[in-house]
This record gives sequence, C-alpha cells and structure tokens, in this order.
Amino acid sequence: MARFRVNGVEHELDIEPEMPLLWALRDEMGLTGTKFGCGVAACGACTVQVNGNPVRSCVTPVSAVEGTEITTIEGLTANAGALLNPVQQAWIEHQVPQCGYCQSGMIMAVSALLTSNPSPSDADIDGAITNVCRCGTYPRVRRAIRSLTSATTA
Amino acid sequence: MKMNRRRFLLATTIIGGGLLIGYASTRPSRHSLANRDYAADGQSFLTTWLRIDPDNTVTVIVPHSEMGQGVHTSLPMMAADEMDADWSKVRVEQAPATDLFANGVLIKGFAASMGVSLPRFLDGLIYKGAEIMNIQITGGSSSVRFTGENGMRVAGAAAREMLIKTAAARWDVPESELTARMSHVHHDATGRAFTFGELATDAARFEPSAQPVLKDPSAFTLMGRSIPRIDIPAKVDGSAEFGIDAQPPGMLYAAVKTSPVFGNNLVAVNSASVMQRRGIVRVVELEDAVAVVADNYWRAKEALAALDIRFEETENNQVSTQSIYAQYDAALQGKLDEDVEEGDTRAALAGAATVIDATYRVPYLAHAAMEPMNCTVHFHNGKCDVWTGTQDNLGIRGRVASIADMNENDVTLHAFYLGGGFGRRLPNATNTIDQATRIAQQFDVPVKTIWSREEDIQQDYYRPAVTSKFRAGFDTNNRLIAWENHYIGQNEPAEAAHTPYSIPNKSIAFAESPTHVPFGAWRSVAHSQHTFFMESFVDELAHRSGQNPYQFRLDMLADKPRHAAVLRAAAERAGWERNLPEGHAQGIALQESFGSIVAQVAEVSITPAGQVRVHRVTCAIDCGRAINPDTVASQAESGVIFGLTAALYGEITIEQGRVAQTNFTDYEMVRLADSPEIDVVTIESGASLGGLGEPATPPIAAAVANAVYILTGQRVRELPLKNYRFAAVPTENV
Repeated sequence: MARFRVNGVEHELDIEPEMPLLWALRDEMGLTGTKFGCGVAACGACTVQVNGNPVRSCVTPVSAVEGTEITTIEGLTANAGALLNPVQQAWIEHQVPQCGYCQSGMIMAVSALLTSNPSPSDADIDGAITNVCRCGTYPRVRRAIRSLTSATTA
Repeated sequence: MKMNRRRFLLATTIIGGGLLIGYASTRPSRHSLANRDYAADGQSFLTTWLRIDPDNTVTVIVPHSEMGQGVHTSLPMMAADEMDADWSKVRVEQAPATDLFANGVLIKGFAASMGVSLPRFLDGLIYKGAEIMNIQITGGSSSVRFTGENGMRVAGAAAREMLIKTAAARWDVPESELTARMSHVHHDATGRAFTFGELATDAARFEPSAQPVLKDPSAFTLMGRSIPRIDIPAKVDGSAEFGIDAQPPGMLYAAVKTSPVFGNNLVAVNSASVMQRRGIVRVVELEDAVAVVADNYWRAKEALAALDIRFEETENNQVSTQSIYAQYDAALQGKLDEDVEEGDTRAALAGAATVIDATYRVPYLAHAAMEPMNCTVHFHNGKCDVWTGTQDNLGIRGRVASIADMNENDVTLHAFYLGGGFGRRLPNATNTIDQATRIAQQFDVPVKTIWSREEDIQQDYYRPAVTSKFRAGFDTNNRLIAWENHYIGQNEPAEAAHTPYSIPNKSIAFAESPTHVPFGAWRSVAHSQHTFFMESFVDELAHRSGQNPYQFRLDMLADKPRHAAVLRAAAERAGWERNLPEGHAQGIALQESFGSIVAQVAEVSITPAGQVRVHRVTCAIDCGRAINPDTVASQAESGVIFGLTAALYGEITIEQGRVAQTNFTDYEMVRLADSPEIDVVTIESGASLGGLGEPATPPIAAAVANAVYILTGQRVRELPLKNYRFAAVPTENV
C-alpha cells in the first residue's frame, strides 16, 4: 500500500513499493500530463515536485515519496486558479513549446527553481534545468525564465 | 526500401491517372460528400477544409499533423485570411483519416517543385491518386508552401466567393457591392450584414471555384503576422494529449524487445518464468520480438527485463561501423551512378594548377523524438481503433488495415499531437505500428505498446552513415574550375549534393552500398550530411587558396542573387570577423533546401577541456515570405539546435550487428547549458514560399566545423565533434 498526496488529494494505492512514481501517476491514477521520456532520469520529461523539490519520477519508487506532497503539471495549473502559474504564463508569452512533450517536465523544473531561487544566475539556470528538449526550445526557455527573474543576466 | 518519395508520388499519379478519368468525372463534388457524411446539424462544409457552424464559428480542417512546427496555426491563418474570417472565431481540427480528406494538393506541390505542372482538369484524378496512396503526409517541409499556398488559400478564397454570391442573391444586389470582413458579408451601401453562419447552408449549395481570386499580399490581414500558436496553451497546462496518453477503457500495456541485431529472428523465450508476476497477462512471441502484456506498463517492462530471450545469430552479427565504412570505400572504387555532369571535369582536373582532395563522413543518427514510440490498437467485432501520433494518419490507417487484412474503412485512426516527428513517424517507418497491431490482434481489449527509450534508440530508421569523397581543381588564376564529388547512396531529395556555387566543371556521382541497418528520413533527409560535406570542403578550398571563406562563396554566387543576399545578410548581421572576443572565431555555411535558402554564421570557442563551445548562431533565411514570422523564428531555432546536437554529439555506432548506444546517457543531446544564442534574420524576397521545418538544420554542422578550423587549424572531416580533443591554438590567419 502506498500513501501520498497528489495535487492536494490523499491517495492510497495498492501497488508495489518499488513501482516508479511516474507509472503510478500515469497508469494507476490517469494523470498523463507527466511524461515518460527515458526511464533513467536522463531527460527530465517526468519531472514532478515532491514537497516543492524537482524530482524525476521515472526513477523514484513510490516507497520514497510515502507521506509527501506531490505536485504534477495538472496540480500546478489547478493551484494557479483561473490564471495560469506565472511560469506557464511566461511560456505562452514567449511561445516556448513546439511539440510540447517535454514541457510539463520543463515547467515543473523551472517553477521549482524559481521558488527556491527567485534570482538565479545563468549558471544556476544551466545547472538546474537539464531537461532535454528535442525541438530545441532552449533559447525561448531561457528568455521566458529571464522574464520572471529580477536579475537580468549573470 | 529506399524510395524517392516525390518521384514515386508523381509517377504513380500520372501513370495511374489515365485509368481514372471516368471515375473523376462522375464523382459527386468533394464538399458535398463532406456535408453528407461529416456535418452535424446546421454545420456546412464550403470546401472539405472549411466548415461553418450556425454560431459563426469557422473550423479549418487541417490535413497535417501538429508536431511543434505550428501548422495547426499557420494553415488556419491562410484559409481565414483569404476568407476574411474573424480570427477569434476560427477553430482548428485535424482532418479525419479517411479518403475524403486525402491531400491531393501535396502531389501537385511536389510535382511543381520538380518543374512539372499538372493541369486543373487532372484535379479529380490527383485526389483519387491521393486517396489510393493514402496521402496525408506531414513531411518534406511541405505543409505551408504546398497545402497552405495552393490549398488553404484557395479554399478560403473560394468560400468567401460562395458566401458573397449567397448574400448577393438574398439581397438581390450585385456581388460587386459586397465585401467580406470579420466573418460577415457586408452591403455597405445599405449598412446590412449577414454573418457567415447565416449564409453557410445556402452557400454550400454552390460549387467551390478551383480558381478563386486570391488576395494580393498587401491585403493580408493575418498572413505575415506573428499570431500566437493555437496549440500552445494546452502544452503548458498538461492537457495536450499525445498518442502515449490515450486511455481507452480496459486497456492493457505491452513492453517489447526486438532482436537488437536487425533482421534476426526470435529463437526461444522462457515465457512461463514471468507468468506468476503481478499483473502479467501474456507473453506474446513475434517473429523477431517478444512482448509482455500487463495491466501496467512498468510491470510489463520489468517482466520483459527478467526474461531470457534468445535471438538467432546470422552474418548480420559480424557487421560493425568499421566494416560498413570499409564497404563504402570499396563501393566508391567501383561503378558509380551519375548525379550531375557539367563541363568536362576529368579534363579540368587533369589540367588544373592545383588539385585538392578530401574524404568526409558522418555516422548513423537516431531521431530520438521525446515521445517514445507508441501505438494503441483495439480489435473488436471486425473493426479496429488505433490511437497514435503519426506523420501520415491516412497512411498509418492503411498500414494497420493491411497487416490485419481488413478493409481500411473498418479501421478508425484517432489522431494526436506528436511528441516530435523529425521523420520518425512517417508511413515508411512503421515498425512500432506493425508490432502494436500484431500484439493487439491477440486480444479483444485495447493494447498500448510503448517502446522503452532503449528500443527507440536501437530500433530506429536511422539517418544513413555516408562517406563523401571530393576532388577540386584551381586554375593558375586561383579560380575554382572543377568539382568532383563521389558519395554513398542515392539522395532524397535528389538535389542534396548539388552545390549552389558556379563552378564550370562539375561531376557528381554516387554508389549504392546497402547494409542491414534500417534507414529513413531524418529532419532534412540527405541535406544534413551533404551540406556538412560540401560546405566544409568549400571552406577548405577557400583557405587552401588563400581566400576569405565568405568572400570566396559570394564570388561564386553571381548568378544566384537570392543565395548571395542570404549569405550577405547572415554575415552582416553576425558582424563577420569583426570585434570577436579573444579566443572566438566564426564559421559560415549556406544551403538551399525544401525551397528555402539558409545561411548561418556560428561563433565558436574551444573550452579548456578541448571541446567545442558554440556561443552564437546567426541564421538568415529566405523562405519567400513569412506566413507567421514567430513560427519562422522558432523553426529556425529548432533546426539549428537539432543540427547542432548532431554536430556536437550525434553518433550511432554499429557493433556486432547492433546499435551500441542505449539512451540519452550515451546518445547525448544539446541541453540548455550548451545551447547558443540564436539570432534569426528573415528575408522577405517575395519568391515562392519555401519550407521551414527542415532548412535550418543542414548548414549548422559546417558553420561550426569551419570556425573550429580557424581556431585550431584542424579540418573536421568526420562528425561528431565530441570525439576530438582540440587545442585552441590559431595556426593560420586568413
């Protein structure tokens, strides 16, 4: 039995403790906004927030998130109410996504970064946002992040 | 297996056409079929691609897949502009994967791009041909320049004419007194107006003109503006659905392992060993693969990993990258097929004052689209439903039907956004679809087959590895007079190895040298390899003859003003060789592909670890006219990063018959930290529209490698750059 809160709702799932959170979210709970990309924590498409920290859910067993608060892209949207989260708004403003598949993970990673570090240096951004985007939206990702930070460049 | 897509389409249409004249002339008009079969109450199709609802909503039916290139916005813009629709009332729908929505305009576009003009009286045949060949392809950077320019604009203008004709009849006034604006037809003299929705049902009784009057660009209201993309909001809130997100009720999941050595079959598997595991439903043995089907993908994948699977061993197990390159070298010593023969290259080389030769090559590459390959299939009561994202929905419907030996009309394809295409989801790259179909045939519930990233990397249709040998000759005046290029494999597109430069004697030829490695179209197809070869070698020739690589190119473009303008624009915007930081250098490259001309300048340095760092890329593009300028910029940025990943890191190697790489851990990607600034300059030459999805990819590898030469004195003749340790010592000043 695995117990954790997802997007503010308590869940109790009868699943193996070693099942990665990604597949619990997608296949057991139907939350498909979180994406499978590589299965080995190398691309970040599956990034969710566990107690506000960015976590790659494809290698995180549900036993490791017992009792935590998990936020997925669906939760980020819902928590923002009628307006989207500022990161999501910036993503629209700068027309960031192309195919869009990696963007849930990208947005979850960026929103976690900016919550913990509202004025990241370029090096901070480079170090924290290691998600793969095969469409190459990186210049717009950086522009959108910069539109949300007080620092201009570093 | 290798097919030249455009020639195939054209030949089939023309040859097949002669048999179809009777059919075409007796057929009901296409939009009336759409109204009969696809319109809900009150809805009216004015053409197959435009539907108007009573509430005045205009829905544009787009026969292309959205994979990030923006066509679900650009194409509706083109139709809505010609129609004078109110953009806030325009919606987009993916065309159903059915015969009626086959895309005949694509065939005409490809024909025109090859210099063949198909007369209008053949339109019926062309559409029939498109149906027979299941044409709904998204590829060849063709959506806007062919479907948009010759289809969407025509549909929009025809619909506007039908609406005006209808209003003129109702008011009994001449059509010339009426104008369409913001989804209304106005009679300004009397201040009266109808909404499109009020006119649509009657307007649909007219036949849409095949040759309506199109707007002059000065009258465009939407085309030419950076309209925000329709698909983006859903892609930031997690609601956008990709094929992998399909959740039909009762669905099972399949994880698959295919013989890692291409072409080898399954020998044995200890299926019983995993049947006691939780959630495992069945182990399915296919000819060359094993699938575990379970109630959760992770359970299926874990059980698959626990199986002991034996595949046969064949001579394919002996093949390696080294053996393939040796085979290529031997093929290039043998008989060659002619590509281009101009002047007398043999004589020119024999008489040249200086002859320079070089051999280039590039490795195989995987597509690695972010959405792993997947397909969900449900067979039920003689029917079949398929949920997947593809670059040709109609083609994939046909593929599933043919594997299952069913009538195509009994197969329903549910379309999705594509988590990347890049050629991997084209209708001649269907190994995932084929497997998913064969697995699902053994069940009466939906089965979602998902490939692991490892399968994706190891079972791709790869960009082919290519070897290219050059010889060039200069005369005593230091003028380039001869260009000889021998390469492996027939090119798609055929012109990929045609250098734009004016050189009096050219001899270009190729040798076929098939291997067991499956290959397919990879963003820009043969252009990405050949632009690296040609633009590196041209650069080499400039330096070897003591000329500035930019000026050397410009001097050979006297008869190509568009190319020269693009090259100049890139160099000027980048500040060619002016005020560069210490330790930085610039490289330049140029290529025309898919109707657009692109020049790029890359500003590069060498890191203390001897690796290449690309700081800035200036990308000048002449695509005729920008329909959505922000999309032009984003596609150029995307093309640059895609090509840069290949240049810096891209390498699939073959060892013992199989791909050695497994995942993003050893098949690396450019990430944010090594992504350059990209400055896109769009040149509005007014020429015919060019493509955008692919043309920015080819030049970047050469632009970077040419800068590396200036920094290090080392000429890069083989990619990727990660395999080098450079010393950042300038050894030559130009």
